[in-house]
Amino acid sequence: MVKEMTGAEMVVQALKDQGVGCLFGYPGGAVLPIYDALFQQDQVQHILVRHEQGAAHAAEGYARSSGKVGVLLVTSGPGATNTITGLTDALMDSIPLICITGQVPTHLIGSDAFQECDTVGITRHCTKHNYLVRSIEDLPRVLHEAFYVAQNGRPGPVVIDIPKDVQFATGAYIGPQHIEHRTYKPQLFGDAAKIEQAVAMMAMARRPVFYTGGGIINSGVEASRLIRELVALTGFPITSTLMGLGAYPASGPNWLGMLGMHGTYEANNAMHDCDLMIAVGARFDDRITGRLDAFSPGSRKIHIDIDPSSINKNVKVDLGIIGDCTHVLRQMIEVWRHRGCKADAGHLESWWREIGVWRERKSLAFKPSDTVIKPQYAVQRLFELTKNRDTYITTEVGQHQMWAAQHFHFEDPHHWMTSGGLGTMGYGLPAAIGAQLAHPEALVVDIAGEGSILMNMQEMSTAVQYDLPVKIFILNNEYLGMVRQWQELLHGGRYSHSYSEALPDFVKLAEAYGAHGIRCSDPAHLDEAINEMIQSPKPVIFDCLVDKTENCLPMIPSGKAHNEMILPDTDEDIGAVIDSKGKMLV
Amino acid sequence: MNAPSAPLSPYSSALGKSNLEVHTLSVLVDNEPGVLARVVGLFSGRGYNIESLTVAEVAHGEHLSRITIVTSGTPEAIEQVGHQLERLVPVHRVTDLTLTGGAIERELAMIKVAGRGEDRVEALRLAEAFRARVIDASIESFVFELTGAVAKIDQFIELMRPIGLVEVSRTGVAAISRGPKAM
Repeated sequence: MVKEMTGAEMVVQALKDQGVGCLFGYPGGAVLPIYDALFQQDQVQHILVRHEQGAAHAAEGYARSSGKVGVLLVTSGPGATNTITGLTDALMDSIPLICITGQVPTHLIGSDAFQECDTVGITRHCTKHNYLVRSIEDLPRVLHEAFYVAQNGRPGPVVIDIPKDVQFATGAYIGPQHIEHRTYKPQLFGDAAKIEQAVAMMAMARRPVFYTGGGIINSGVEASRLIRELVALTGFPITSTLMGLGAYPASGPNWLGMLGMHGTYEANNAMHDCDLMIAVGARFDDRITGRLDAFSPGSRKIHIDIDPSSINKNVKVDLGIIGDCTHVLRQMIEVWRHRGCKADAGHLESWWREIGVWRERKSLAFKPSDTVIKPQYAVQRLFELTKNRDTYITTEVGQHQMWAAQHFHFEDPHHWMTSGGLGTMGYGLPAAIGAQLAHPEALVVDIAGEGSILMNMQEMSTAVQYDLPVKIFILNNEYLGMVRQWQELLHGGRYSHSYSEALPDFVKLAEAYGAHGIRCSDPAHLDEAINEMIQSPKPVIFDCLVDKTENCLPMIPSGKAHNEMILPDTDEDIGAVIDSKGKMLV
Repeated sequence: MNAPSAPLSPYSSALGKSNLEVHTLSVLVDNEPGVLARVVGLFSGRGYNIESLTVAEVAHGEHLSRITIVTSGTPEAIEQVGHQLERLVPVHRVTDLTLTGGAIERELAMIKVAGRGEDRVEALRLAEAFRARVIDASIESFVFELTGAVAKIDQFIELMRPIGLVEVSRTGVAAISRGPKAM
């Protein structure tokens, strides 16, 4: 189908042809033609954010909760530079985004024109790929190729920088059929011989563990179904990174909880003592491994990843399988069945007994209180009161994020959106807006801290404008809690600039935005207040005043191994646990 | 349980600097704007070394360029470099010519030497021994053109230094595998 149209019309047409239902953006001089084309149609909904960073995180929330590509549209110069944090976030967490940026007309490029910046130069390091479209002839191909690159292989953000004259120019539009990239062809199926080898290793394993990550979520719902099937077939225990929560249900019998710096005692000890680790779509991040040279010293390791550069990057593995999780897991299940494999039941039983002892330590326990709301208790109550609904959780970054990961239990993939790799404060509210757009009927809650929420608070206006009833559940301890915790552990309790002074009255702030505000400081009234939040048809800011100095535990201190965790019932001076080398780490 | 193994990270083992190797990588890329910046940015962003880099279009019709990079690092780090390069969207192929073995590496250098009397004669004599060509001459100077392996050029430059070396321009290494097959 060849049709004459302007560059701006091509952008909108390509969005329609790619099945994009909504995009997030902010207009400006260099994208006016595209905004004009958007105005003249009603198939693609545009959501006006209040800051371009919000557009990027909203697109991420939309993408993560729906499995589709998130799209944002911003102007040149500051419009583009304001997206950098969101693009980097999406790159670190492998989220498919298309970011369309306006650019000054081609004849002005390089002249330091008004609102000009070198967008492709600046975004080269924080995108999977980017394009500057210098001619209308290239535009249709680039638009569709960008969608291909964003979604295929390891997903990621792609920037398309379109000068204003190209938006005005007229050319022949070509649809998305026959888009095949010249060079970028990721491997989807695992090598058959390696699958056989992996299955043989699994059948022989005595102390196996599955270590799963965000790659399973990115691969699609089918990958989550398959990992559940493989876990059921083998009877192996399974743990997950922060990004992979929900792939295996938290209520499942083989679930060990999250692993890593704030993971459970049983998950980290299982990783440390296993004899076979099967990493699926996880990347051995430093928050997972702890001290590298003491990481799971006695195990053989299988690593399944779509990105060949992930394999042997941080941890050398014995068997690397390149491929998409869905395909590789299916191949493994087929071979396991076909060969009539059986797990080593005797050894597995004693392995589970050992895990049972670790579980008994109840590493997520905390001291309950009748007088003050414990942040963990707040998350627990939120979970209990929302678990029978279709609930999507986003978070900001810090202690509340870890408490959410520990105490909110996910049964399904795509219901948990958090900034894992980059650790972006200010992610949660815009991400919740994106998730709510993708799931209008669902309950979407941003579990936040009073510090993080102020970073993108302006997006409350967006939520109110589009009747998106997102709930912001602030665990307000009046501290940048994770900073405060590290200062307590590592810097002699010198709380340098970590106290949240001059906080706004969040209830009045909610009302100022036209939303609903709730405050609660009494554990006895918490359930009632949470129910009020759930029942409200409006966006809600819930100011939950919690214990100010609660630490987030358990914790693997910096520079320590998985079996050297600080547990909640540890009485020793936890500051003394970390040596000078550990203090150097982040 | 098996015996604990040695540190496994390419980075932790790189701290020892004991097993640093020099490898030559050939990278075939689409010749599009910014592709060199992507490659160079990858090296600087991830802290890899570039000892030498050459680039030129090698197939005009197909807009293909070939980049030859000489890098140093532990074997694990160099394996990572290859994978990271392959991740770049406009990259067609990456070959570690040092791993595949037996590649031919050549560099071209232009070397300016100034002097009078006996020094001029000595410079010419050495140039002849190294098969360097004189491509510019004045009463008090020569410019030599020398092609060869890196070590040969290094050696020639060292010999010229006491005679009156003025400046050097080198292309960096270009490399190709032996035998009938492409990379």
